[in-house]
Amino acid sequence: MTSRVQKEAVMAKSIDVSDVNIYYGDFLAVEGVNMTIRAGAVTAFIGPSGCGKSTFLRSLNRMHEVIPGARVEGKIVVDGQDLYEQDVDPVAVRRQVGMVFQRPNPFPTMSIYDNVLAGLKLNAGKMKRSAADEVVEKSLRGANLWTEVKDRLNKPGMGLSGGQQQRLCIARAIAVEPQILLMDEPCSALDPISTSAIEDLIHELKDEFTIVIVTHNMQQAARVSDDTGFFNLKATGEPGHLVEFNPTKKMFANPDDPSTEAYISGRFG
Amino acid sequence: MTAPTAEAEEASANWASARAGVGDRIFAGSALAAGLTILAALAGVFVFLAVKGASGFTKPAEVYGPHAESFLGYVVPLLVGTFTASIIALIIAVPLSFGIALVISHYAPRWIAAPVAYVIDLLAAVPSVVYGLWGAFFLAKKLVPMHEWLHENLGPIPVVGNLFGEPNPAGRSVLTAGIVLAIMILPIITAITREVFSRTPRLHEEAALALGATRWEMVRMTVFPYARSGMVSAVMLGLGRALGETMAVTMVLSVGFDLSWNIIATSSPTSIAANIALKYKERSADLLNVLVATGLVLFLMTFLVNFLARWIVGRSERRMAK
Repeated sequence: MTSRVQKEAVMAKSIDVSDVNIYYGDFLAVEGVNMTIRAGAVTAFIGPSGCGKSTFLRSLNRMHEVIPGARVEGKIVVDGQDLYEQDVDPVAVRRQVGMVFQRPNPFPTMSIYDNVLAGLKLNAGKMKRSAADEVVEKSLRGANLWTEVKDRLNKPGMGLSGGQQQRLCIARAIAVEPQILLMDEPCSALDPISTSAIEDLIHELKDEFTIVIVTHNMQQAARVSDDTGFFNLKATGEPGHLVEFNPTKKMFANPDDPSTEAYISGRFG
Repeated sequence: MTAPTAEAEEASANWASARAGVGDRIFAGSALAAGLTILAALAGVFVFLAVKGASGFTKPAEVYGPHAESFLGYVVPLLVGTFTASIIALIIAVPLSFGIALVISHYAPRWIAAPVAYVIDLLAAVPSVVYGLWGAFFLAKKLVPMHEWLHENLGPIPVVGNLFGEPNPAGRSVLTAGIVLAIMILPIITAITREVFSRTPRLHEEAALALGATRWEMVRMTVFPYARSGMVSAVMLGLGRALGETMAVTMVLSVGFDLSWNIIATSSPTSIAANIALKYKERSADLLNVLVATGLVLFLMTFLVNFLARWIVGRSERRMAK
């Protein structure tokens, strides 16, 4: 596993998704997804609850299969490598594809400092104190959290406010310098001010990372994303599927599919 | 709780719901009573041991005979016997239990984890006499070659070698007793740790996995820190059972009174609990006082060990909270 040791230059990568079906046991949750997620851009997934957008997001870093019985069919190619090929280690995939969750989840027994370094310690083992300090400052600055926490780095991460905790989780994710950053409704548990802080952050981060974000908030998708994918259920009990994938501007002004327009304008049915 | 007049009831909503208040108070009262009962029982045991045992500390020399002359001389070998067997049991049982618990909670597929958990729980239901019989008449014989091997191979090593002196030809040593105890305390430690391991929040586990942690790294980052307090509780309960176990030790161990480091010796001091069980029938009033006094010593030692373990766990948590 040389990739876990070698320090590669951070480079945003595109993701090519072809004919992806996602299962929970025998239940087909998401069917026939094809799309190309552009490098260095923000891609948002919108759609009603239960349409499979989070499930699809979790298949992009092989977190879906953590659930017993869950599996994925099809191809998800990053940088010429199919993530679901036989000899691909899911652990190595998750190193390259970072993730931020719906609810902030800093490690409760770790300090702010250790939380940021948690991923790096896994991969690099022991680091020099000065190098570690540098990474912590860089990541926390990257997550717009440095000025708020620089005087209490040794306090537990759980002591921060919800919005700060979520930015700490972003700092933790970018500290390992992934190529792609997945965000699963990262603002749904936050107040508007924290949400705005995270949205600003997403704008800054997209220079370095390919960002994929799931959101329930259509204004948020319109504000932060370059491309948008609309997921929907064909009917109740049927699998979710990708209805439309287009540049966000076009999606919100002049969508191809009438059901996209219905959903975006609030006339959903 | 004065009954409001019909007029007042009409005028405003009834803010003071009397019904809920009574229910709450009954529940709070019974919970408090239950808690106090435990404390009272504990205090009662302590008072009984202290009152009945007080005179046991200072009896004439012949009461402690034939192998000792004072209470200290009487109780120290027993205390050593108790703790040697229990520590051997913990050394074997703790890693094994944590391993089994982890396999059941995080590694094995569900179809195999559930039956394994069930079988482990069944181990707890086997009476200790049965373990004693099995240990004395089956396991001891099977362990004779291991005793000889330990003596031959580890005996010559400078410091560690003291533990493996002349071996017991029948295998009925402290080591064997410790192994039987280990099997007896395995289910309780496993059951509790399994429960706390499986309660680890999924959110934390996924945070670790999403950072590129392997399963074992995830366990170290999230499961162990989360479960630490429960793991200590489990070990303490296991230790409690090992310290207090009478039958298995009585039946397996060939009892002697000489203090030595040799854990595979021909004879070793028995445990306090086993000694009480052995001597209880042939007691004189004086000896009974002495036995109760040894019980008091065990009671206090168990308390001490428990507090110490709690303090060690609490210390790291307090450090985090600062």
